[in-house]
Amino acid sequence: MTTHRVSAFLAPRRRLRLAGLLTAPVLWLGLVYVVALSALLVTAFWTVDELTGQVQIEWTTENVVEVVTEALYRTVTLRTLGIAALVTVIDVLIAVPVAFFMAKVAGPRLRHLLVIAVLAPLWASYLVKVYSWRALLSSDGIIEWVLSPFGLHTPGYGIIGVVLALSYLWLPYVIMPIYAGFDRVPDRLLEASADLGGRGWRTLTAVVLPMIRPAIIAGSIFAFSLSLGDYITTGIVGGTTQMLGNLVYTNVGAANNLPLAAAISLIPIGIILVYLAAVRRTGALRSL
Amino acid sequence: MQLGRAARWVLGGVTAVVLALIYLPLGVVFLNSISTSESLSWPPPGFTLEWWGRALQSEGALHALGTSVLVALVASAIALVLGTLAAMALSRHRFFGKESVNLLIVLPIALPGIVTGIALNNAFRTIVGVQLGVWTLIVAHATFCIVTVYNNAFARLNASGTRLEEASMDLGAGLFTTFRLVTFPRLKSALLAGGLLAFALSFDEIIVTTFTAGPGVTTLPLWILQNMFRPNQAPVVAVIAVILAVVSVVPLAIAQRLTAKDAQAVSR
Repeated sequence: MTTHRVSAFLAPRRRLRLAGLLTAPVLWLGLVYVVALSALLVTAFWTVDELTGQVQIEWTTENVVEVVTEALYRTVTLRTLGIAALVTVIDVLIAVPVAFFMAKVAGPRLRHLLVIAVLAPLWASYLVKVYSWRALLSSDGIIEWVLSPFGLHTPGYGIIGVVLALSYLWLPYVIMPIYAGFDRVPDRLLEASADLGGRGWRTLTAVVLPMIRPAIIAGSIFAFSLSLGDYITTGIVGGTTQMLGNLVYTNVGAANNLPLAAAISLIPIGIILVYLAAVRRTGALRSL
Repeated sequence: MQLGRAARWVLGGVTAVVLALIYLPLGVVFLNSISTSESLSWPPPGFTLEWWGRALQSEGALHALGTSVLVALVASAIALVLGTLAAMALSRHRFFGKESVNLLIVLPIALPGIVTGIALNNAFRTIVGVQLGVWTLIVAHATFCIVTVYNNAFARLNASGTRLEEASMDLGAGLFTTFRLVTFPRLKSALLAGGLLAFALSFDEIIVTTFTAGPGVTTLPLWILQNMFRPNQAPVVAVIAVILAVVSVVPLAIAQRLTAKDAQAVSR
């Protein structure tokens, strides 16, 4: 009977009900995530004792200045941005026709099969997929075996390898939101467009693409941000290539310099926040 | 949509080629799991079932599998509760700061894993002052899993509208009864899909895991990372990957079937 009383008490009180719903998730994300992230950002302005290797609470802008002024960080940032942008473009270009076929051309039975076929590789360990790219790209791998009769060679381990492997890894994450986006476009609209004389191409550019723009942006957030922070793929198929993630990782691990690592992290955090702010108005965050 | 026969064939062809490319590396992993070559040279010099036998007896792998399942289950359960609450708040209420709450939910997955990883590692050790262990790992995973549940639940709540809930309340059902008998049944399959995604996300995560798991805690991805480059273990790792990919088809197929059916019923 107490649930009845609580229910009767809450029913006319919207604010209280809202508070009841929001308290737990906001507290969790606030206490766990916002606090941790803020602490990390603050650490960027501290320093490390060179003798003991301990983080010292001594305010300095040294780390941030180093990250902003040294050529190494500029080069690696540009390289990372280039790789992330290229991976995003490749994935979107592949995902749009595939998702369109899945949602609007394939029959219901084939559609179910295709969704499963696209999602299943997500479960085959990320690491194993990267490792299989290491095998594909190696000098006695399948790419070399296929290309060598034509006088061509495998790109080997390097930036091209990283772009190929990352595009491969994030493709399902890009296909799924775009597929959902196409799926939400009612067939009625397409028929209406056709009735009004719109040919396939016209319908696509004037009706469908504007409607799935948020879905495409949602997909791009995945590919872009997952690429931006990656250091494991770079380590396995990148040869000596370094991305921002590698610099952060080295400074947390081997160099034991958390403040400098935190200062470097400001770069990808800044890039992502700008990206999110730019796409916020499109409603893409809700299609993730 | 009015599409020419040629356009349909082109789209179908592109899809077929892309799927073939998606499965090529997985096929290579499968061949590696039965190849006599330990370094995955192509073409495979011969075939053996030795690695499958070894993988099924590998205590390290089985133990890591158990840890991964436990972490993923608890993290998804927490994400299910928090994600559903947040989705109900944001889909059924208007309030100041709504956009910020939305951003707060998305942020842990949108920021690079290594940033989330070192931030949580630092917070656990210096602010909270706890030893890293299995619980720190679960808390970290639950945090970035909330968004998958939230998005699925939010989309479904928006699509199904509030009319039925209002009708239920008008007919005298309380808040909890309405949730139990009206809202939840319509939400169920979306939650299943979101929960499954959260499970998959947690199960395969390696970067945040590297920074938030205690020294004695080995999840399957950590085990794979430790063993991948050992000469005798690489094919065993391939076996595990093949098993995971094949086993995953079952829950995926069930979830896909349920959500497709429900989504149609709800939007009708």
